[in-house]
Amino acid sequence: MDEILIGGLLALMVVTVWGILRTRNLFAVVVLGGIYSFLTATVMVALDAVDVAMTEAAVGAGVSTVLLLGALYLCRSEEARPMHKPWGAMALSATVTLALFHGTVGLPGFNDPQAPIHQHVAPRYLNEMKQEVDVPNVVTAVLASYRGYDTLGETTVVFTAGAGVVALLRRRKRKGKDKA
Amino acid sequence: MNLAAYFTYIATFVLMFLGLFIVMARGNLIKKLVGLGIFQTSVYFLYLGPAKLVGGTAPILSDAFKVYTNPLPHVLMLTAIVVGVATLALGLALVVRLREAYGSIEEDDILAQDQASAGATEAA
Amino acid sequence: MKHDLILRVIAKILIPFLLLFAVYVQFHGDFGPGGGFQAGVIIAAAVVFYALIFGLKAAHRMLPESWVESMMALGVILYAGVGVAGIVLGGNYLDYFVLDAHSTVHGQHRGIFWVEVGVATTVSGVMLKIFYMFADRGHLDRQDPAASQESAEL
Repeated sequence: MDEILIGGLLALMVVTVWGILRTRNLFAVVVLGGIYSFLTATVMVALDAVDVAMTEAAVGAGVSTVLLLGALYLCRSEEARPMHKPWGAMALSATVTLALFHGTVGLPGFNDPQAPIHQHVAPRYLNEMKQEVDVPNVVTAVLASYRGYDTLGETTVVFTAGAGVVALLRRRKRKGKDKA
Repeated sequence: MNLAAYFTYIATFVLMFLGLFIVMARGNLIKKLVGLGIFQTSVYFLYLGPAKLVGGTAPILSDAFKVYTNPLPHVLMLTAIVVGVATLALGLALVVRLREAYGSIEEDDILAQDQASAGATEAA
Repeated sequence: MKHDLILRVIAKILIPFLLLFAVYVQFHGDFGPGGGFQAGVIIAAAVVFYALIFGLKAAHRMLPESWVESMMALGVILYAGVGVAGIVLGGNYLDYFVLDAHSTVHGQHRGIFWVEVGVATTVSGVMLKIFYMFADRGHLDRQDPAASQESAEL
C-alpha cells in the first residue's frame, strides 16, 4: 500500500517536471515548480520523513516560489524558442543517469532492514538518545546535539547567502546613476 | 533484478535526468535555476528512500512503537534543503543583475552581446 | 491590494495565527516535527504575507531593515556563543553537557533550546532580507531619486 502511494505520487512528479520542461511561459514554470515542491513534501511524508517534509513544504513551496516570482517580476520575459538541437545535452544526461543506474545495482533495495545504513550509527542514536539527550524527536536531537557542528556550518551558509544577496542587490548613493 | 524493490531509485534517476537536461538544454536562466532545484530534489529522494522501513514510523520516540525510520538521512537532507534555497536566492540575485546589465535573461543573447563587445574592443 | 476588503480582513485574522504557529513549531520541535528552520521560514512567510497585502512601506514600519539585518547576524552569534559558553564552563566547544551544573540531560536541553533559537533568528532574518531586497529593487526604479537615496545605504 505504501509502495503504491509513493509510486503514484512519484509518477505525478515526473508529469509535472515534463510540464516544466515543455512550457515556455515562465509564470507557468514557477507555479509548476510550486506544485512539484508540494508533491515532494507529500512523498516525503509517505516515506516517514516528517521533519524534512515540513521543511520542504515551507522552503520549497513557500520561500522558493516567492523568490522566483520576485525575480520574474524584475526580469519579466518569456523563454525564447530554443535555437540548438538538444542532442548533446540529452546524450550527456543519459550517460550520467545510466552510470548512476549501473552504480545502484549493488545498493540495498527498498525496505531492507539489514542494509548497512541501519547497522552502525543509527541504532546508537535511537537507543542511547533517551539517556544522553532525552528529546523525543530524534532528528532535532541529532541535528542540534550530535551533529551540532554541521548545523553551525549550515547556519553560516544561510547567513552568507543573505550577505551575498545584499552585496549584489545593494544600491549605492550616486547622482545620475540609479543602479549600482 | 527485482524492479519493484528499486522503484524509488528509478524515479530518482528519471527526475535527475530531467533536471540535468533542463539545466543543460534550456537557455533561459530562470528555467535553469528551476531545473537545478528539480535535480536537488531528486538527490533528496536518493537519500530518503533507503532510510524508510515499511512497518516503522517517523523517528519520534514513543513507547507505542518499536521500529523507527533511520533518522540520519533526514538530518542530512534538512541541511541540503536549506543550502538549496540559499543557492537559489544567490542565483536569482545574479539573474536580476544580468538582466539589468544585458537586457535579456537568455544565455544565447548574453553570450552574443559579450562576443560583440569583445570584437568591438579588439577592433578598436 | 490593501483596497480589497476580503484580503485585508482575512490577512488580519490569519497573520496572528501564522506567527503563533511559528512559535509552536519552534518550541515543540523537541516533541514533534519542527525546529528552528521551519519556524524561521514560517515567520518570514507571515511577514511576507503582511507586506503583500498591506504594502512594503507598512512592512518596513513594522519590521525595519536594520532590525532584519541584525537578526541575520545575531542568530549565528548566538549559536557560536553557545559553543563558547561550553568552553567557558569547562568543556569543549559546543559541549552541552557542562551547560547545567547539576544534570547533563538538562544541559543538553538548554543547549538545544538556545541553538534552535539562533537558527530560527538567522533563517527568518535572511529570508526576509532577501524578500525586502527583491521588492525594493523593483519599487524604487519608479520613485523619485530622494526616496531611492534614502535606502541607498543598504
